[in-house]
Amino acid sequence: MHLEVSHLYKHFSTRQGQLLVLKDINLHVETGEFVCAVGASGSGKTTLLRMVAGLDTPTSGKITVDGQPVIGPGADRGMVFQSYSLYPWMTVAKNVGFGLKLQGMAMPLRAQRVAEYLDVVGLSQFANAYPRELSGGMKQRVAIARALASQPKVLLMDEPFGALDVQTKETMQQFLLDLWRRTGTSILMITHDVEEAIFLSQRIYVLTARPGSVQREVFVDLPSERTYTIKRQPLFQGYRDEIMDLLRETSRLGVVVE
Amino acid sequence: MTSDASASTPKNSQQPGGLKPTIFWRIAEDIPANLKWALTAISIVVPLGIWWGVSSLGIVNPKFLPSPMTVGQAALDLHADGFLVQDTLMSCFRVGVGFFLAALISAPIGVAMGTFTSIRSLLEPIIGIVRYMPAPAFIPLLLIYLGVEEPPKIALIFIGTVFFNVLMIMDAVKFIPQELLETTYTLGGQRHQVLFQVITPYVIPNILDAFRVNMAASWNLVVVAELIAADEGLGKRISLAQQFFRTDDIFACLIVLGLIGFCIDLLFRWLLRISCPWAID
Ligand SMILES: Nc1ncnc2c1ncn2[C@@H]1O[C@H](COP(=O)(O)OP(=O)(O)OP(=O)(O)O)[C@@H](O)[C@H]1O
Ligand SMILES: [Mg+2]
Repeated sequence: MHLEVSHLYKHFSTRQGQLLVLKDINLHVETGEFVCAVGASGSGKTTLLRMVAGLDTPTSGKITVDGQPVIGPGADRGMVFQSYSLYPWMTVAKNVGFGLKLQGMAMPLRAQRVAEYLDVVGLSQFANAYPRELSGGMKQRVAIARALASQPKVLLMDEPFGALDVQTKETMQQFLLDLWRRTGTSILMITHDVEEAIFLSQRIYVLTARPGSVQREVFVDLPSERTYTIKRQPLFQGYRDEIMDLLRETSRLGVVVE
Repeated sequence: MTSDASASTPKNSQQPGGLKPTIFWRIAEDIPANLKWALTAISIVVPLGIWWGVSSLGIVNPKFLPSPMTVGQAALDLHADGFLVQDTLMSCFRVGVGFFLAALISAPIGVAMGTFTSIRSLLEPIIGIVRYMPAPAFIPLLLIYLGVEEPPKIALIFIGTVFFNVLMIMDAVKFIPQELLETTYTLGGQRHQVLFQVITPYVIPNILDAFRVNMAASWNLVVVAELIAADEGLGKRISLAQQFFRTDDIFACLIVLGLIGFCIDLLFRWLLRISCPWAID
């Protein structure tokens, strides 16, 4: 798998005129990588991810997956939204299997795949529960299982834990990291939580404030087996200070420009 | 200055500016079950009591305001003569057929208009105009076109409900979270799958609710149609009773109409509860 975004620009037409949101974005994700993009609110992170998913069209520039240009949404790029967006009338198992059903996978095989991914996210006992009976963390695990069940080439996540409380968030980060190591899925995740990005990823793209562009690519040289205690290590804190300083700098620049 | 300070102290023991607890005036919260039942009983018993009181005081001519007992007796008499069941069934038949046809047409059109901007642009202007034409104004035309039997009455109910159903269903589709549709695309869903497997199940509770609300309009119209031209039906019974100055029969028919409507309302609520348990809080 090779996801490549090159010279990507995006502007929206608003009542105040043209709004440049993304400026010359270049990034890539390789097979089995966990990559994060961090940036201030309004720096165009969601817009970037939506264009990779094919839900929005770039103003100019190119997005390719394995050399194929992205022209619309497809099952090869799974997406997890911050707001879970589960189908409320379907049970957990039906939610997880829905993508497979849409793609025409027949029943015995589908049930088997659903059971497998429910097990991966630890929700086997809740197979017949409805989304409204689940907590936020559990809902997000269902959404992740649903995206993974289609075995996408790359999993796109837009602040998946943004709506969770601190403890649940920490549990979910650990869960996602373990899941990534077990399944070897390539992940591109968007967040504004710097510690989350360092804890999870191998590479981080730090975006500038609006218009968003890649300010620095940070290689996270931490062991791939991580627990939350790693956040106390000096190396981790060094990364955090570096990225925080970058973000602080661009937001100050932003104020001067505006 | 000390006197000022004591004057500004609140007189009651409540925290200043705090929200005081209440039972009766709770907003969008549950009230105790026994209070709920008591209020429900009051809502029926008090109007009935006032009616009984006024009619038994003898200040109003019983020809104009029959007592609840007289009306009950009138209902029993109508039932014994076989009119009550026959009229009720006839009115129910007309409403049933007219409303069923309207539902059958309005659900797919409403969903299509909510889903596709193109179809909405095509149909919304004409529906927006036609729905402001009062359905009873169509009666003369319907009588000319369709005769005096059942077709014009059924057509009237159809015309009077189909447009409101369509517009309410269309609005419900607009409230589907965009992300639910986008999620479906990223799971490999095609447009027809989004329409039939996401949008349609999502709006079924709203469709049932639109039907429940618009059912009332079809009961209005069946009575209007029967007042004008019919051999039987509750509306016909009311207009006959007027000719013979039988206010007790009129009251009896009105109460039957109210009860039927109430039962249909409950039926739709029950249907919603068993078919879409996920949509009930
Ligand atoms: N459809 C749209 N039309 C006009 N402007 C838009 C549209 N979508 C996003 N924007 C603007 O683009 C900018 C970037 O939005 P985006 O949601 O991508 O930011 P973000 O980095 O995800 O922010 P956050 O961290 O708050 O989620 C914002 O200023 C927003 O107002
Ligand atoms: Mg965002």
